[in-house]
Amino acid sequence: MLVPFFFKLRDFGVPVSITEFLALLEALEARVASASAEEFYYLSRACLVKDERHFDRFDRAFAAYFKGAEDLFESVMAKIPEEWLRRMAERTLSEEEKAKIQSLGGWDKLIETLKKRLEEQKERHQGGNKWIGTAGTSPFGAYGYNPEGIRIGQDGSRHRRAVKVWDQREYRNLADNVELGTRNIKIALRKLRKFAREGAPEHLDLDGTIDSTARNAGMLDLKFVPERRNAVKVLLFLDVGGSMDDHVRICEELFSAARSEFKHLEYFYFHNFVYEFLWKDNRRRHVERIPTFEVMRTYGHDYKLIFVGDATMSPYEIVQPGGSVEHWNEEAGAVWMRRLTQTWPNFVWLNPEPVERWEYTPSIQITRELLEDRMFPLTLSGLDEAIKALH
Amino acid sequence: MTVRFEGTANYVATEDLMMAVNAAVTLGRPLLVKGEPGTGKTQLAEEIARALDRPLFRWHIKSTTKAQQGLYEYDAVSRLRDSQLGDPKVHDIANYIVKGRLWEAFESEVQPVLLVDEIDKADIEFPNDLLHELDRMEFYVYETRQWVKARHRPIIVITSNNEKELPDAFLRRCFFHYIRFPDPPTMERIVAVHYPDLKKELLAEALTTFFRVREMPGLKKKPSTSELLDWIKLLVAEDIPPEALRADDPKKAIPPLYGALLKNEQDVHLFEQLVFLHRRQGR
Repeated sequence: MLVPFFFKLRDFGVPVSITEFLALLEALEARVASASAEEFYYLSRACLVKDERHFDRFDRAFAAYFKGAEDLFESVMAKIPEEWLRRMAERTLSEEEKAKIQSLGGWDKLIETLKKRLEEQKERHQGGNKWIGTAGTSPFGAYGYNPEGIRIGQDGSRHRRAVKVWDQREYRNLADNVELGTRNIKIALRKLRKFAREGAPEHLDLDGTIDSTARNAGMLDLKFVPERRNAVKVLLFLDVGGSMDDHVRICEELFSAARSEFKHLEYFYFHNFVYEFLWKDNRRRHVERIPTFEVMRTYGHDYKLIFVGDATMSPYEIVQPGGSVEHWNEEAGAVWMRRLTQTWPNFVWLNPEPVERWEYTPSIQITRELLEDRMFPLTLSGLDEAIKALH
Repeated sequence: MTVRFEGTANYVATEDLMMAVNAAVTLGRPLLVKGEPGTGKTQLAEEIARALDRPLFRWHIKSTTKAQQGLYEYDAVSRLRDSQLGDPKVHDIANYIVKGRLWEAFESEVQPVLLVDEIDKADIEFPNDLLHELDRMEFYVYETRQWVKARHRPIIVITSNNEKELPDAFLRRCFFHYIRFPDPPTMERIVAVHYPDLKKELLAEALTTFFRVREMPGLKKKPSTSELLDWIKLLVAEDIPPEALRADDPKKAIPPLYGALLKNEQDVHLFEQLVFLHRRQGR
């Protein structure tokens, strides 16, 4: 009976298997959940979802299946920028206004009108009574009042209309395609740690055992040695200042946590792009600069190079000598980038900017070309890919 | 259905947690619990055991733990030693089979609760090596050629801190619950369970301060439930009046005994800086 639900989940990218689905049916048969929808939601989530990163997808699939109508708008939603829909204001409507809204036509008509209006409308809109936006009285949008309205991007209930648990989308920040934040930074680092150490810890030290047994007059004396750890060496280049200010916090977290995860980790700062100098202490960046050549001489080819930066700047800062915003650089940033990638053939660039924006930022495009397309978003899945590319 | 878990006098269980536990108990499948450190993952197993009046077996996993150790170990080294000493024990191999936690749980007279704590600490193959045992609740001892079968399917609670991804095949056999950080009303219930005599005003002020600290951007380690409980214990022990916690008093903006909440020098430093800024703006 729940087979369509099963397929709906798979459509939304929740990795459900038949075993898990059968477990859910078994649980239902054993009357673990009563008839309430909420209990069914909790039960099916415990049975079918095995990773908190997928909770958000599950919530959406659940809402879509049990409301039926909402997924029609997934495609439309995708085209509406999220901040556009963010709550900006709320106002309470008079009884009179509410009555007026009631007069609008049925469901089909609403959808039709929505499509039409979406085409007409090109900007963010708020208030008013026709355009789609927030806090208005149009039947489309959120935080407004229209009894027959269509909900777009609303995260709470107004006017006490039933708010469903799965509608709250509380696990949105656990999904793995969102930007790294305080919550998932730890997981990100654990992923990094995968290549810092792996494997079983103890090995029999045969020579030591023979030696020690002989000294022990033939009584067996086993000796163990810890297994040699796979020591990965990492160079971390972090962009600070300028357009990175938004991302500095995330980068700092990544970096400060990364320091404890690696045995061989060196970090350097740069501003916007790499030139002839780097520095280690951001507060003393104008005093204690280290020539990039020196860094290239100091650390061997086996170091893996990780850049963290948004690569968002004027293209001149990359391709022109003297393009740097901070000083006169004799050679273009691109030249320096080529030198770096030749010195350390294993490199990636982690970019906190959302991937959708990459296409529209020329400097990101140039940097990606310079890096042979080894640029990854600073998300959990991006980090995974980056680590794969580093191997 | 025979038993239902509904939290205990010492443990506040949310509705979704109760559902996950009851599903796992009813169907006899392992329950995998994840969540922020300090949200009571390990305690859950203890409370299930207490609520259902079952014996609890704890198996704490370390990075060196092997799946086999949970079943049994053949202590070949001491057998070799004994053979050199001429001990008659050496002729029976069963003398050198050391039972693991899983075996002990399988032998229990009543249905036990088995806690497999921090499974993600172990080697990546560890969960895979336990698939059959968790599925069929039986295993074979090669040395003595015997089958060990569970008398009662144990209630298995597995905790993970997400340090490693667990294999799909393993996950498919478990129920899963993610313990969310409690919202303020749940937190109030949790504190009430631990400190029933706490004054209302102190509780309200302490919670406000606690959530304020948690919301501070850039904290390396956010304080969690267990830290809050420690802190309240200190507040009560030191007899701190609720007024001392009030945030609108600029001189007291740093909560007293903050050492219980912030465990990291950088966090304390950051906090002091923010308070300092706040005070300057206030002027």
